[in-house]
Amino acid sequence: MVRDVAFGQYFPGKSLVHRLDPRAKILMFIAYIVIIFCTFNYAALAITSAFTALFLILSEISPKFYFKSLKVIIFIVLFTSLLNLFYGSGDPIWQWWVFKITYNGIHRAVFVTVRIISLILASSCLTFTTSPTELTDAIERLMRPLKLIRFPVHEVAMMMSLALRFVPTLLEETDKIMQAQKARGADMESGNLFKRVKALIPVLIPLFVSAFRRAYDVATAMECRCYRGGAGRTRMKQIHMTRRDVISFIVLALVIGGVILCNIFVNWSI
Amino acid sequence: MSCVLELKNISFVYGKGTPFEKRAVDNVSFKINKGEFIGVMGHTGSGKSTLMQMLNGLIRPSEGQVLLDGKDIWAEPKKIRSVRFKVGMVFQYPEYQLFEETVYKDIAFGPQNKGLEGDELDKAVREAADFTGLKPALLEKSPFDLSGGEKRRAAIAGVIAMDPEILVLDEPTAGLDPMGREVLLSQITRYHSERRNTVLLVSHTMEDIARVADRIIVMNKGKLAMLEPTAEVFRRGDELARYGLKVPQITKIMSELRKKGIDVPEGVLTVDDAFRALLPLLKKGGKLW
Ligand SMILES: Nc1ncnc2c1ncn2[C@@H]1O[C@H](COP(=O)(O)OP(=O)(O)OP(=O)(O)O)[C@@H](O)[C@H]1O
Ligand SMILES: [Mg+2]
Repeated sequence: MVRDVAFGQYFPGKSLVHRLDPRAKILMFIAYIVIIFCTFNYAALAITSAFTALFLILSEISPKFYFKSLKVIIFIVLFTSLLNLFYGSGDPIWQWWVFKITYNGIHRAVFVTVRIISLILASSCLTFTTSPTELTDAIERLMRPLKLIRFPVHEVAMMMSLALRFVPTLLEETDKIMQAQKARGADMESGNLFKRVKALIPVLIPLFVSAFRRAYDVATAMECRCYRGGAGRTRMKQIHMTRRDVISFIVLALVIGGVILCNIFVNWSI
Repeated sequence: MSCVLELKNISFVYGKGTPFEKRAVDNVSFKINKGEFIGVMGHTGSGKSTLMQMLNGLIRPSEGQVLLDGKDIWAEPKKIRSVRFKVGMVFQYPEYQLFEETVYKDIAFGPQNKGLEGDELDKAVREAADFTGLKPALLEKSPFDLSGGEKRRAAIAGVIAMDPEILVLDEPTAGLDPMGREVLLSQITRYHSERRNTVLLVSHTMEDIARVADRIIVMNKGKLAMLEPTAEVFRRGDELARYGLKVPQITKIMSELRKKGIDVPEGVLTVDDAFRALLPLLKKGGKLW
């Protein structure tokens, strides 16, 4: 079923990572992505990996789900690391036809693999521990300065949270409609590509019809509750930066500092 | 009577291995005979819909076997599609599955998948439309232009047109007005008595089930709580109450009358029966007590 994918799911909890300010989490996530791609030697890579591990442990979410989220991208990882493995520069240590393996290639493959895996783990950690509402709230707050250039921050955030809210609903509905058409003997698992695309029509049309109906319903419901955009709107859950957030920023700053120092002083780059 | 459908120790778990794990059906076994009309009752979330979806292989039981004509339907998972033509399934709110340009084409979708063509197909579609009470004029309309009740009929016709040996209906009357419910129900009984197929009807309306079912399955928290002839099930009103169900009002009234010492038969299920039982008494004395 479509819903079995763990990637992007939210697991309610009360761990330290859950309780961090969502804004802090997003900012840290962005900084983390940058720093992951600025690791140029193994010492730096070790520091970022330790940081990743620390957060995964603090999130108190079963490792099973992190593995599950990795399963989705296993082919991308394999493919890119193989590509890097065979396209390194320097003297070959093993060669066959156009394939040659160099030390440089091996290092590059390791780096790419670790980077992609860290990226997925970190984003899983973010979505596992932050509810969609918190995420969009935080994004709205972070983008607030853009209001100065007349960017409709609130509207965009509202659209995002509505879209996120309806992803599971639509998935559920897709499941239901597929079941109903299968019950009428629809064949969606066999045949060539053309046939399979055609077999989707009985699913897509009812899905669109109900998505539009739902959109109208939501719009009406919002109007009925006097929704008129962001001006003067307060929120039920205020988000606050606390000592926790400050501490995690300090840890991140240490990691960044460590990586930079390693890049400068450890002379074993690839 | 021969057994068409047998369930052996069926269980189903949603979201296995996640924090949201839920055992929706728990170790259910029963046999259903050819031509029977079975009512299925149970409180909300008792696992009725989940159980029904396992009958035609839409979901695969976590444990146990479903035997259709004595053969395990999952023996060859590749051929599961052929089971769907034998066990027709009408979902809760089936109108959301309509997709074709015209009602006619939509009803034809199932039988076409089965391989019907030409006159045979035409006959199947028109008969199914007739069974569900869709007027021929509606067949050329877009299914999205129909009223809610008409959509429901069109969707049910789409399943009946496949002429399944066993027809499963999951709350077909939910959300219809009393008149619409009445008509749809009598059309289903007519279908059952004319085609002599096996029918399973899930419903929350005791009155409906009491009127049409030969036997009743009662589900409670994923388990099979009862499978008894209709009259027997409604005689055990106290037990039903424990499963969050009620006997039909008229049954309750009649059993209260019995308790007061008035000579009416036990297990009266419909208003008509009650009327027939009370009439002679009223004629005799002009009043009951
Ligand atoms: N797709 C699903 N994923 C997870 N849990 C589900 C899913 N579908 C149903 N359940 C759960 O399984 C249990 C049984 O659901 P089911 O739909 O079979 O109940 P039901 O008896 O048909 O109820 P109703 O009378 O309301 O239709 C419920 O507790 C429900 O929450
Ligand atoms: Mg149900």
